[in-house]
Amino acid sequence: MDLKLDHRTEGQLTIVEVEGEIDVYTAPRLRELLIDLVNKGNFHLLVNMEKVDFLDSTGLGVLVGGLKRVRAHDGSLELVCTQERILKIFRITGLTKVFGIYSSVEEAKEAHGRDK
Amino acid sequence: MATVELTFSALPAHVRTARLIATAVARRAGVSEDLLDEVRLAVGEACSRAVEAHRLHCPDEPIRIELCDDSGRFEVTVIDVAPSEDADLAERPEPEKASANGHELSGLLPDMSDLGLAVIAGLADDVEVIPSAKGVRVKMSWPAVNGLPSTT
Repeated sequence: MDLKLDHRTEGQLTIVEVEGEIDVYTAPRLRELLIDLVNKGNFHLLVNMEKVDFLDSTGLGVLVGGLKRVRAHDGSLELVCTQERILKIFRITGLTKVFGIYSSVEEAKEAHGRDK
Repeated sequence: MATVELTFSALPAHVRTARLIATAVARRAGVSEDLLDEVRLAVGEACSRAVEAHRLHCPDEPIRIELCDDSGRFEVTVIDVAPSEDADLAERPEPEKASANGHELSGLLPDMSDLGLAVIAGLADDVEVIPSAKGVRVKMSWPAVNGLPSTT
């Protein structure tokens, strides 16, 4: 499956919907979207990975790159993910300590609201 | 001789094909279903590393994969022909550069240039990275039911 990307804004939060495979071939498209969103002033990003079938280190690099960009604007990049096979990659690389990872968009929105 | 051998051009688009084939052969070799995701990811990481190395140094050379199911193990070897000192992951383009607040994150972030091999090491039972002047071989294996079934 290829990569499908979509995004919407809810309050201060920009929700990025990702579906399909994030790998060395498709990750540049996600990178471009995250850069574009930040350049347009969206500094609080929530990436919903519930429909991601595959994620490799290239995809992790893109997410870390996005995190660095939003942090430069005192922003945030958090994730929604409950799939064990995807979470395992974050655990192996120690990135569970770097990203806020939520079990649903609603839970992330509530947490984001509490932080405001 | 390998059960299945595959060569492909050093293009990112072919990495998906390579990992799908490796997963299919692993399943056929009797690798447990709950390990197939690990095979798919580890093979994808090794192929991505090889593709990046070839694109930097020898884009016209193909990358080779050997898939073997001897002696109760499913073994995958990904072979590139980029000079090993240049093919080192340190040469791989950094996904993104930190612009600000980087020092705040840096203590938490893993070495991003080694992330691919770190993922492989975390997934495969047995990993061997063999650099040489002629390229790098990444060999990894998982337990499998002995050999291919004689009938389908």
